[in-house]
Amino acid sequence: MTLTSTVEVSLGEFHLETTLSARDGDVLALVGPNGSGKSTLLRAFAGLTPMTGSVRVDHQELSTAPPEQRNIGWVPQNAALFPHLTALDNVAYGLGGRRGRPAARDWLRRLGIMNLAGRKPSQLSGGQSQKVALARALARHPRLLLLDEPLSALDVSARVDVRRALRTHLADFDGVTIVVTHDPVDAVTFANRVVALEAGRVVQDASPTEVTRAPRTWWLAQLMGANAFVGHASGGTLLVDGGGMLALPEPVPAAGPALGVVPAHAVTLHREKPRGSARNAWPVVVRELVPAGARVRVQCDGQPAVVAEVTPEAVADLRLADGEQVWASTKATEVTVVLL
Amino acid sequence: MTSRTPAPMAAAAAVGVCFLALPLVGVLVRAPWSDLGRQLTSSSTLTALRISMECSLGALAISIVVGVPLAWLLARREFPGKSVLRALVTVPLVLPPVVGGVALLLAFGRRGLVPLHLAFTTWGAMAAEAFVAMPFLVLTVEGAIASVDDRYEQVAATLGSSPLATFRRVTLPLVMPGLAAGAALAWARALGEFGATITFAGNLPGQTQTLPLDVYATLDRDPSAAVALSLVLLALSAAVLVALRGRWRVSGR
Repeated sequence: MTLTSTVEVSLGEFHLETTLSARDGDVLALVGPNGSGKSTLLRAFAGLTPMTGSVRVDHQELSTAPPEQRNIGWVPQNAALFPHLTALDNVAYGLGGRRGRPAARDWLRRLGIMNLAGRKPSQLSGGQSQKVALARALARHPRLLLLDEPLSALDVSARVDVRRALRTHLADFDGVTIVVTHDPVDAVTFANRVVALEAGRVVQDASPTEVTRAPRTWWLAQLMGANAFVGHASGGTLLVDGGGMLALPEPVPAAGPALGVVPAHAVTLHREKPRGSARNAWPVVVRELVPAGARVRVQCDGQPAVVAEVTPEAVADLRLADGEQVWASTKATEVTVVLL
Repeated sequence: MTSRTPAPMAAAAAVGVCFLALPLVGVLVRAPWSDLGRQLTSSSTLTALRISMECSLGALAISIVVGVPLAWLLARREFPGKSVLRALVTVPLVLPPVVGGVALLLAFGRRGLVPLHLAFTTWGAMAAEAFVAMPFLVLTVEGAIASVDDRYEQVAATLGSSPLATFRRVTLPLVMPGLAAGAALAWARALGEFGATITFAGNLPGQTQTLPLDVYATLDRDPSAAVALSLVLLALSAAVLVALRGRWRVSGR
């Protein structure tokens, strides 16, 4: 399916004006500061906020249809499960109620939460609620799936669990997904595009790699100021796909595919091979320097390629320029491991 | 921390308690306990009780059927004149019931604006009770609906549920405690209704004479019978109070 949209919303002082399109299987991470209009945009897509413009899914105009006729899945913050219905009946709600229970069971099974079927939302943890809400939205085979900060209210371990569920099930989902998030890890874990919103306008719409390399605004640079190394973790090391390895802060519980996330400001650059406490050091070639607010983002090729965020003084001291050969280093304790 | 209670406050409060409790005690003390069975099973009492039940339950049904949609509109929709409508709903709460009865005569009496010929009929007694009781239901249910997070209704819509189906499958189950509390309050108010009923429907034994009207009519003629009837009404009120257990104050939370 394809989504093409031009959405305009006016709420008092606030104006939202966006143009957004997406194709089958796209997962868009919608990021932006508080009050930038992320939730409002999702609500406009779902038909819950008055808007002007157009929302076309597969060339069908939806902006004039009421929400119940759009078949757009919407999971608001904190899941909003119906408190009077069990997990099973929450999922069955959009499938015709009681008649939909067999199909609802299949969805609970797919998400690995069949054991929660008989529980009321008050007996579910935050992570469990998110999974039930995801099943409830996916069960109707929506053409467009909207997730509003599915991970923000969760503690660390639940976040890992739900993130894995999202990654798995969004990969199987053939429609378009838009996920509002505050976490760059989400953007690089399961999104193939990052759409950044500020003050009601799209300020950048690009791949996570591109946004990490060259964020268009200071806020985005702060948000995306992180390297994400995809590879295979075993013991205390991450073998990065495409070459290179990283020492991890502590051994992983089980070997497997993993993501090592390192903030760009935690990567330092050196003229000589560093001797010191940094356990990860490797030679790189400077490819590009991009100003980011008061700092400079240095894109480096190497094994692995890495983005470092340094002060303009460091650029001068190290005589950093395109094509220069330098050493990149980061402490093992700066690596956040995300098991995939 | 222990907090002291100033003596004047305690004394005033004690006076208040006595003022509220003594009349109830009076009814209990003076009730013709030995003769109670005969008093309460006399045919005129049973007739008044039947009419009271018919009219109060009928008034409750009317209040629910039109009051719940009204409460939903007030809680969930924005439209011009909404504050005027809410004030209108509240009018019977503050209007002297006898004035309500006169107003009903002017509206639905034989020569009223809408001559439904309800005056001085059992239906009229029911209408008078609904008039004074409905605000209790509307305001309680409106509060209950307003306190339900509207995202539940919005999620239901994205799941393909029409507004009416959403009301039935999501909103109504979630406000059930509030609806029960509002219904109990409205029913209790209808059961005790006197002024509007006697003005609009008269005091016709077997037709419009409800228990409160019977108490009033009997008081001169046979005081002990009036006390016995009062005891019945007191028991019904106490039953409503027990059933509510203060829930009407926290409904919908």
